[in-house]
Amino acid sequence: MTPMSYADRRKERIDALAAGSVDETPGVSLIASAWRRLRRDPVFLIGLAITVVFVVLAIISPWIAPHDPAAAPLLDKVRPQSNPVPGPEAGFPLGADDRGRDLLSRLLVGSRQTLVVGVVATLFGLAGGLVLGTLAGAFAGRVDSVVMRIVDVMLSVPSLLLAFTIGALAARPSQTTLIIAIAVIQVPIFARLLRGSMLGQRSSDHVLAARALGVKQHAIVFRHMLPNSLGPVIVQATLVLAIAIIDAAALSFLGLGNPDDRQPEWGQMLGRSQEFIYDYPHLAVYPALCIIVVALGFTLMGESLREALDPKTRR
Amino acid sequence: MVRFIVRRMLQMAGVLVILSVLLFVWLKALPGGPVSAILGERATPSRRAALEAALGLDQPIHVQYLRFLDRALHGDFGASTGVLPGEDAFHVFLIRLPATIELSIVAITLAVALGIPLGYFAARRKGSLLDSGAVVFSLIGVAVPVFFTAFLLKYFVAVQWQLLPVSGRQDARLDATRVTGLFVLDGILTREWDAAWDATLHLILPALALATIPFAVIFRITRASVLDTLDADFVRTAESKGLTTKVIRGRHVLRNAMLPVVTTIGLSLGGLLAGAILTETVFSFPGIGDAIAQGYREKDYAVLQVLILASAAIFVIINLAVDIAYAIIDPRIRTR
Repeated sequence: MTPMSYADRRKERIDALAAGSVDETPGVSLIASAWRRLRRDPVFLIGLAITVVFVVLAIISPWIAPHDPAAAPLLDKVRPQSNPVPGPEAGFPLGADDRGRDLLSRLLVGSRQTLVVGVVATLFGLAGGLVLGTLAGAFAGRVDSVVMRIVDVMLSVPSLLLAFTIGALAARPSQTTLIIAIAVIQVPIFARLLRGSMLGQRSSDHVLAARALGVKQHAIVFRHMLPNSLGPVIVQATLVLAIAIIDAAALSFLGLGNPDDRQPEWGQMLGRSQEFIYDYPHLAVYPALCIIVVALGFTLMGESLREALDPKTRR
Repeated sequence: MVRFIVRRMLQMAGVLVILSVLLFVWLKALPGGPVSAILGERATPSRRAALEAALGLDQPIHVQYLRFLDRALHGDFGASTGVLPGEDAFHVFLIRLPATIELSIVAITLAVALGIPLGYFAARRKGSLLDSGAVVFSLIGVAVPVFFTAFLLKYFVAVQWQLLPVSGRQDARLDATRVTGLFVLDGILTREWDAAWDATLHLILPALALATIPFAVIFRITRASVLDTLDADFVRTAESKGLTTKVIRGRHVLRNAMLPVVTTIGLSLGGLLAGAILTETVFSFPGIGDAIAQGYREKDYAVLQVLILASAAIFVIINLAVDIAYAIIDPRIRTR
């Protein structure tokens, strides 16, 4: 290698900057490098594909479902003694349920309620977690201790038991109580995560710099600390969404879900199928498979996101 | 060490007090209030008034809370209305507890016996077929609702192939002697081998279903922890000292990698309580979980409140025990 003069080196470097490729300092942002890895990660792509298909189906299902999920076109085929659950026939590829309603249509439209319960509950949980976590992370000290005591008590009860306890309060189970119960158990998870990440930033350079410049406290919290803390929270939300869907199914199965079955929901369909489970297990298997595939989709996506955004695993 | 334990116990007491306040508020918020909850909607006005006076509902709220606490500490929660009608609610808890203990012990043993070796070998052969297969399996384990696993096991093994009993803890025709309430142990103690064997057969399917929850967690933590430890400086030092692979793996890798696993095992014990509600319901296994589900269906709030408070208390106490055990294994924890 020939020795280069100082001026040559500078020139070369400026040229490289202009070309947009500085090889000396490979300052690739975390998100860019994460995306480069995710694009080639089959696990992430499978998870993403499942999630996209699920969301699209949930949105368009009322238009593509062959029948009205609440109507009972096969009601005259239902014989409580000899044939309580009509099997598949032309136009009804999966058969009907015990009230003569098309099973395929109910599964398709059921994706809506499942998505709504999961997403709305997670949004509420996220909102609650954001409020508590920001309070604790921004004010540290006494506020932090009080908020974290509340969070720790919530974490000290097994989450499904807590959700069950909250759901049992309602005079009549409904979709709303289901959403509230699921949202409450998510609050402490998000709160802890956000608080940890914000406390870590309190002494970081960019926050110190902002403080030295005389930026007001609320601006530091909302413009500098919060945006930088959201990454892990959003990744966690993907994983929590999967758990929310499974927990909602579990609560529905125990009878804490929406009792009005004109609006189908997978957990509720699963719960209702218990009566016929030995003779017609397909009534339980189809909604369960839907839940599993969707939960798996969110889990695969969330896990690979987490791994890709974790600086420790960067290569 | 003593200071650490005392501090943790004080924290636990704080959590229990807050839990009791929450349960008190919960009872107040129940549909129709505690009187309707205990007596049902169709109680006569005179009985309602009598119960209101007996419960002290005419007293100020802090007096009511203290009286609630007093009764709770004496295990006096009123009579069951649905699960075992007329029976004292706390007694229902005592009757149902051994079944859940038995189930949880077998489930956690299965999860540990499978999860730790599998996690260890998956980490040693990272990227191999065994590793990828086990990781995918554990991810699916997370995504499959435990009551569906339970249903599949029950449907195929018990109903279709009739290899194992469908439900319950023991064949009712067996006239087994009860000692501890743990049916397998009872059978061994009294040398009623057929009773012990029958109870074991009844345990297999519910325990397998329940074990899937802690298995997935224990497997993944073990794998991650062993991977971390294999990279640690002290392992490289041990290798460069020329120690045999056997010594390094046993003393340096396994022992250090087990630290987070111990905590995980303790924490998943609490998750078992929640999973037991679902598993026991599917198998009609008469433990606490089944009683909680039944108590909800039959609006038996006396039983529900005992079981919820007791389950939460058990979980908190287990966590304390895990913390202390962890501090004994890893002295660095004590100073935190």
